[in-house]
Amino acid sequence: MLKAIGAGSLDELFADIPAELRLDRPLDLPDGRPETEVFDHLAALASRNAHADSELCFLGAGMYDHYVPAIVDAITQRSEFLTPYTPYQPEVSQGTLQAMFEFQTAMSELTGLPVANASLYEGPSSVASAAYLAIGATGRRRLVASRGLHPHARETLRTYARGFGAEVVEVGLAGGLTDAAELAAAVDGATAAVFVQNPNFLGAVEDLERLAAAAKEAGALTVAAVDPITLGILRPPGDCGVDIAVGEGQPLGGRLDFGGPSFGFFCAAEEHLRRMPGRIAGEAADADGRRGFVLALQTREQHIRREKATHNICTAQALNALGGIVYLAWLGKRGIVELGELLARRTAYARERLAAIEGVELLHDAPVVREFALRLDAPVAEVLERCAADGIAAGYPLARDYPEHPDGLLVAITERRSREDIDRLAESLRAAVSEAVGVAA
Amino acid sequence: MTRPPATAEIPAPQQRERVVTIFERSAPGRRAGTVPACDVPERPLAELIPARLLRERPPELPEVSEPEIVRHYNRLSRRNFDLDTGPYPLGSCTMKHNPRLNERVAALPGHARLHPAQDPKRAQGALELMWRLERALCEICGLPFASLQPSAGSHGELAGLLLTRAYHDDRGERRTKVLIPDTAHGTNPATVTMAGYETVKVATNERGGIELGDLRAKATGEVAALMLTNPNTLGLFDENIAEITRIVRDAGGVLYYDGANLNAIMGRSRPGDMGFDIVHVNLHKSFSQPHGGGGPGAGPICVSERIEPYLPVPRVVRSEAGNGAGPSFAFDYERPKSIGRLRGFAGNFGVFVRAYAYIASLGGDGLAEASETAVLNANYLLARLRAGRAGRYLPPAFDRRCMHEFVLTGAPAKRELGVRTLDIAKRLLDYGFHPPTIYFPLLVDEALMFEPTETETREGLDALADAIEAILAEAEEDPEILRSAPYTTPVRRLDEAAANRRPVLRQGAGGG
Repeated sequence: MLKAIGAGSLDELFADIPAELRLDRPLDLPDGRPETEVFDHLAALASRNAHADSELCFLGAGMYDHYVPAIVDAITQRSEFLTPYTPYQPEVSQGTLQAMFEFQTAMSELTGLPVANASLYEGPSSVASAAYLAIGATGRRRLVASRGLHPHARETLRTYARGFGAEVVEVGLAGGLTDAAELAAAVDGATAAVFVQNPNFLGAVEDLERLAAAAKEAGALTVAAVDPITLGILRPPGDCGVDIAVGEGQPLGGRLDFGGPSFGFFCAAEEHLRRMPGRIAGEAADADGRRGFVLALQTREQHIRREKATHNICTAQALNALGGIVYLAWLGKRGIVELGELLARRTAYARERLAAIEGVELLHDAPVVREFALRLDAPVAEVLERCAADGIAAGYPLARDYPEHPDGLLVAITERRSREDIDRLAESLRAAVSEAVGVAA
Repeated sequence: MTRPPATAEIPAPQQRERVVTIFERSAPGRRAGTVPACDVPERPLAELIPARLLRERPPELPEVSEPEIVRHYNRLSRRNFDLDTGPYPLGSCTMKHNPRLNERVAALPGHARLHPAQDPKRAQGALELMWRLERALCEICGLPFASLQPSAGSHGELAGLLLTRAYHDDRGERRTKVLIPDTAHGTNPATVTMAGYETVKVATNERGGIELGDLRAKATGEVAALMLTNPNTLGLFDENIAEITRIVRDAGGVLYYDGANLNAIMGRSRPGDMGFDIVHVNLHKSFSQPHGGGGPGAGPICVSERIEPYLPVPRVVRSEAGNGAGPSFAFDYERPKSIGRLRGFAGNFGVFVRAYAYIASLGGDGLAEASETAVLNANYLLARLRAGRAGRYLPPAFDRRCMHEFVLTGAPAKRELGVRTLDIAKRLLDYGFHPPTIYFPLLVDEALMFEPTETETREGLDALADAIEAILAEAEEDPEILRSAPYTTPVRRLDEAAANRRPVLRQGAGGG
């Protein structure tokens, strides 16, 4: 091959690299290993993680241990979906493009908003992307965020806001819900958007319509971060006056994966179509009139519009979004309602059961669907350690994100946590709280 | 080389399939999954949640059986061209083989079933893996610190410019401009705007590198950073790189390296040694994460000492136990100068597992060999093409040896044969190849950008060169063959203009 090139050596091909910038030693990394040894090494690392198969998992806080049907893995692991690039050549990318189109349709149905993109990275950064749209659409630079919005989303919003030259103002919670009066007072003529979450981080179901009305009055957009799995039973944001619905797609057939990869979704009112971030698939006809799909409205995107693009995103989360549409087809029109109902009923059962324990009370009594917050009369970290010894990840401690709730615990329920599992948690929590209180006394 | 059909008279088998969406397959009452029975009191929903907060009608999701779903998506999958089926020399995208071992280790329950809110004390294997991956990327990039958090290259770029802003702010400096070469990826200028800066373009010289005079003139006290890819998007290593970084550094700017082309230089040269402060690494390019039809990826960043205080939180930290026990790992949130979070949790961990498995498989020598072979393959393909008709109709945009990719210009083909780069790309589809990247970089007329990667064999490269030779021969005979291509793909050329005029972006949306 070197002969065909006309080069004397491999080194000659690297001659453009100035001598002083050539690495004159091997990389200081372990030697390559055969597949069997790499597998053993990775398996050894994995074995040091306590996971949702090795213990009873009541952790949520944005990602949930829902069942991932076998069909999702079977389809997303197919080479034809796993290994192609972004569909820049539509004639040979119809599979990916049509799946995107179907995904958009499903997300649009769930959120009740007419336009959806084909995915963003994940939940919290999708919230920040909505802020970028809102600033562009309104010409305003004040962002008002409820403390019910996921703490990671609020932090991400603050990070991005420095680049946008925007200010982020927080509105507190009252009784577990966004304080509507405080929100109305915080929204002014300089406000680009109001950010709320439903159900909010403490699990409470918000009155989106009321919150959106307050924003609209000041000419601000309403952005709702929503949990898609609850949209089988909860009123869709599009019916509540919400302008943009975004969220974390992991509950829709995504693995836990220690936080990613999952997908973010982005749905909006029609008027925001030309400002949407990310890829969008659209229907098109081919030269012979056959039905097909293309990447639509690419003039929004960075590879065409460059510094005037609506967003900088290129690679998103196409494979995870494919998993999302396969999951939604598997669950189906009835399944998503039944699942939502089961979550709400089991969550209600768990909430009552745990709140009945001595030393445990509700942090708020607002309505919930799949997650709820408790207050413990004992050090939360210690209680969690004791439950972990029983093989139970009992919940998410609120202290770091909500210093106002140093004794708070967030408990999540999925269809994988049966009544029996909940009873086991209740027994473990009872013993842990009483022991921790005893030790403290 | 056997010629594929050059007529649309007999539709290919897939062209005869009726295109139906999963929603159109729906029939009332059908279903695939079932939800566990309710084992707690079956209270009416409105008793739990006020009725006005509840949905009135169920969302119109498909009603289909599991076999229908499997058939539907299997059929769709066959309408894709993929890397596991054939060559994919898509420039700038590094379509290298995706080892299946990586999928297997990513699916281990200790990884795939690990909740992100797990107590780090009970996720030590995951934190150690992240720490090890950070160390490996730092060694490859020649920089001391890293954050794995960014979810893709564009996210890494945004992180980089927000770090740049934090760095200058901390020094009490207000800088407003970011320099980028006119050959840059579109993500660079788009990121500049998102990070609140103004883009200033720097010209390209006759060797395909940065025009130093132009850079010197533009490297003022207003410049916050230079964003650069090296080798650049022309596949050329800028020989003046040390001088370039010196000019920007002397002007007080931060040096940002877009790692899209890292696959050319692993183990051969390091961005940190070139003088860069911030590097993003596309784990879905150089480190074999499958592209998935447009993600997931990950865009970790490696940074210099002066940028480190501003890295996103949480950071992964390692501490020695000191009592003979092994080291322990934790998330550190207490970084007062940090720019904060860029996303939820700790990043695309599943991608980290695959990238780490890839690095562990190849080792330091293997990574260097991958880059050497990538460069060898690109130069071999370039040599083969120059020796044939492509030498006349598709000459290199810059007459130099290339690194891991190269850019040809289709200007002569357009002039002499009346075929555009797009036509050549579409005809390649009939020959069973994914086309190169086309019409990028923008400064090259009718550009074609080839990146064969290290995973193609010599025979594979020969076959690609032969196909291009055959296509150009067809164009000499009858350019219409190319202009109407492709003929054999599931659909033929699609009318994108009409799709944009009247966008239909979901089922049942009519004219949207």
